[in-house]
Amino acid sequence: MADAVIKDAVMKDVVLLDSGGSNYASLIAAFERLGARCTPSRDPERIRAATHLVLPGVGSAGAAMRAIGEQNLDKLIADSTQPLLGICLGMQVLFEHSEESDVACLGLIPGRVTRLPEAPGIRVPHMGWNSIRSIGSNPLLEGLDGCDFYFVHSYAAPCGEYTRAVTEHGLPFSAAVGAGRIHGVQFHPERSGPQGARLLANFLELAA
Amino acid sequence: MLKKRLIACLDVADGRVVKGVRFRGHEDVGDILELAQRYGAQGIDELVFYDITASPQGRGVAPDWVARVARRIDIPFCVAGGIRSVAQAAEVLAAGADKISVNTPALENPDLIDALAARFGSQCVVVGIDSIRDADGVWRVRSHTGDPDTMRQAGRATLDWLQEAVARGAGEIVLNCMGADGTRDGYDLEQLAAARAACPVPLIASGGAGSMRHFTEVFENTDVDGALAASVFHKNLIAIAELKAELARHGIPVRL
Repeated sequence: MADAVIKDAVMKDVVLLDSGGSNYASLIAAFERLGARCTPSRDPERIRAATHLVLPGVGSAGAAMRAIGEQNLDKLIADSTQPLLGICLGMQVLFEHSEESDVACLGLIPGRVTRLPEAPGIRVPHMGWNSIRSIGSNPLLEGLDGCDFYFVHSYAAPCGEYTRAVTEHGLPFSAAVGAGRIHGVQFHPERSGPQGARLLANFLELAA
Repeated sequence: MLKKRLIACLDVADGRVVKGVRFRGHEDVGDILELAQRYGAQGIDELVFYDITASPQGRGVAPDWVARVARRIDIPFCVAGGIRSVAQAAEVLAAGADKISVNTPALENPDLIDALAARFGSQCVVVGIDSIRDADGVWRVRSHTGDPDTMRQAGRATLDWLQEAVARGAGEIVLNCMGADGTRDGYDLEQLAAARAACPVPLIASGGAGSMRHFTEVFENTDVDGALAASVFHKNLIAIAELKAELARHGIPVRL
């Protein structure tokens, strides 16, 4: 898995939906290592021209939703037709509501994001490498059932009909979700070694 | 299940990785990118780059090696050393670091922890604590440990400071037990167990690793979330793959 590559010869043109955050360097590098182009943008024309969209997480849910609203990204996301991948907080804001900042989110996936409960031996933030168990067959997670990914978060989405992979930290939560072209992962594929590269390559194989 | 993390610490001076013993006498051990990539390939779970020249030079801009490391490696890394403000942290994170770690600046201005956590989230904010047991038996914090000539008592008991740092928003604590650091005699199990009991967020053991047995000991006896080491990895005294296999044999969950 060390040499994850995109089989499809067409140049992938990934746009990171730019809500004003600045920590995009590692994501851009991860896509570039796969031979894709990857640029942050909030320009509607540029977003329409992309083959794939990524929604990175920036700060807290409240700050992220405010920035998304200010940049009209909510409208652009709703109108887009390409495969979209929300990462970490970018996955959480796909849901209806987040307990973090008690804020209404994009509502593309039903459910409410809540804080992970602490328990003896269960520390929050959930920080480090943890394994995922995939549910059913899913092209995004192909070849990755049981693999470890890097997680850093204090809030999590519940398990439900949109759950594509489950991870446990005290309680089970959604490590990956999917609803049509909308996908999300709670972990950071750009920081998850060869398995993370495989996931991003799988994402780039998804067609609109 | 969440895995126990093995973390390699690379002390960086003027763009090279160096290693000192008990914070004295640095020797050059290699190129940053070369070592970072080697560790990534060997299966290390995380890297910490401690910029030991940033503080004395009062540097404000993230050094370009942070961006180069971010582009090249695909595991998480933390940058420590010389981060005294929210603006400086923002530069390092923008360059691609996953976390920033503060030590002396947090002791001088504890509000810095609150400000960093509010801006970037607790998960980005690591507080490093250098601690040693005083003659009266109490563990206390030392500050300015980057330079033995300026090191001083921080005027705080270690466990009190740890709890204050967490209350202010630290998302992870790296406890460097200075009595053990550089000795390769093993982690300070007693101090780490006491810190564990007081620490609700991830806790990383630092100082004293010399053999594979020391890693199994620290995970079996103190329930720390990760173990950090430097020289045993730099000098190839312990191979990371072998260490992980050994930990797995002891039933300690690791990423294989």
